[in-house]
Amino acid sequence: MIRDLELSILEILFNDSRTTPAQIAVMTGHSEEEVSAVIRSLEAQKIILKYPAMINWDRVEIDQVEAVIEVRVTPQRDEGFDAIAEQIYRFDEVSSVYLMSGAYDLMVTVKAKNMKSLALFVAEKLSTLDHVLSTATHFVLKKYKLEGVIFEERRKDERLVISP
Amino acid sequence: MNYDRILNARISAVPPSGIRKFFDVVSTMKDAISLGVGEPDFTSQWTVNDAAIYSMRQGRTHYTANAGLLELREAACAYLEERFGVRYDPRTEIFMTVGASEGIDLALRALVEPGDEVLMPDPSYVSYSPGVVFAGGVPKPVVTREEDEFRLTPEALRAAVTPRTKALILPYPNNPTGAIMEKAHLEAIADVLRGTDIIVISDEIYAELTYGGRRHVSFASIDGMRERTITLNGFSKAFAMTGWRMGYACAPAEILRVMLKMHQYTILCAPTAGQYAALEALRTGRETDYAYVKEMVRTYDRRRRIMLDAYAQMGLPCFEPRGAFYTFPCIRKTGLTSQAFAERLLMEQKVACVPGTAFGESGEGYVRCSYATATDKVIEAMERMKTFVRQFG
Repeated sequence: MIRDLELSILEILFNDSRTTPAQIAVMTGHSEEEVSAVIRSLEAQKIILKYPAMINWDRVEIDQVEAVIEVRVTPQRDEGFDAIAEQIYRFDEVSSVYLMSGAYDLMVTVKAKNMKSLALFVAEKLSTLDHVLSTATHFVLKKYKLEGVIFEERRKDERLVISP
Repeated sequence: MNYDRILNARISAVPPSGIRKFFDVVSTMKDAISLGVGEPDFTSQWTVNDAAIYSMRQGRTHYTANAGLLELREAACAYLEERFGVRYDPRTEIFMTVGASEGIDLALRALVEPGDEVLMPDPSYVSYSPGVVFAGGVPKPVVTREEDEFRLTPEALRAAVTPRTKALILPYPNNPTGAIMEKAHLEAIADVLRGTDIIVISDEIYAELTYGGRRHVSFASIDGMRERTITLNGFSKAFAMTGWRMGYACAPAEILRVMLKMHQYTILCAPTAGQYAALEALRTGRETDYAYVKEMVRTYDRRRRIMLDAYAQMGLPCFEPRGAFYTFPCIRKTGLTSQAFAERLLMEQKVACVPGTAFGESGEGYVRCSYATATDKVIEAMERMKTFVRQFG
């Protein structure tokens, strides 16, 4: 039962993190206190980490480039990939790091002011790390969809305004 | 020419749908929020659209068998058995219709002789009564009440049955009330029908949309009722596929044969691309344990609760609807008629709902508000409605 409520809360907040505990209480048929307690517990367990807004930065006039970098590394004894991953994700330029199956090991997303500074980051910081065998940098040209949200959704509500 | 003399008088006499007037006003209004929409705000899944596109690319643009693709009939029968525990033979007991609406028309015309009476709960979906008239029958509304949670009661049914009663339309989960009939309620109805020749036209188009852990019960699954039941269902509500116009009718072979004959001569077959889309909806549904359907149900349920909470704050009594995607609050305390309430709510607060009277005389005192609209819009509409209702103290 509590698990159902947890999942409902996560789904609602994932959709709109501004939804208040009072609103969630109405939507799920639980008390506001109960909902608040579950949210606090989800935060304490680090299941809910943050309540960000999803932004289409392409529409904001700022200088920023983003690249996805495939990184091949040598896993270390006892530490596996975790230690080298940490060395990478500690950099402020790095916005995400995933351990991957397949032809490379880590998928690293990097943001920088311009192409040159991003290239320098890869050349000077990332490739020079011990255990990094190779990198392949792919610049992001356009984002179409992120976390289930289509960026340039053209669809309007075209349903008949009143129907039987 | 004097068209009045030429056109069929019986059909001409049927009034047009009562929601038309609202439609025209809302359409021209900016910033209006419509709670009058009777179809999902979800869109058919892309994999469904893609299957239809692929079928066209493959050149599958011809007629299918009159009953529809056998593969689709098999999939639909498997679906009905898996989800609602009713078994139909894909070869002789099901065919694909142009929406469940076609099924309603065919069922009525297959059964009704001039003067035959057809019972239907009132309030109910707008098409039943005209459909009976078109078929040459006499519609007999059976009043359902809020205190019975708008269920058809065995007492009301028994009182309405006459020697001329040919059929009963059983539309649950119900549009516009959101009422459902659980197993015990259906069994009580079955007790009234046993020993009669009354056929039940069970319109189960909202079968997937039930809330509070209550699964829809198919009337044909009630002991002994299968032989007298025409089950109508479709893809519009369960899979958010209204525009595809895909439904199906199931019944014992003897009944179905007659319906299929009319379908064959008037429609020929349901649209082929739509059939491929429908097949994909069933396949994906089965493979994903109906994840898309369940996601829609969870979302509707949240909005349903938002509306009920808002009515409670407004002091408008509303029984808890457990099916479809409608709420049916009682607006009598405002002193307005359903029509006046809906008109003034629209003009003063730009929120459209449908007067209960559009669904039958016993809808007076109620309005239908659909929650098949984005959650933030539902919330905003409820705020506006609160402001509107407040003036009546």
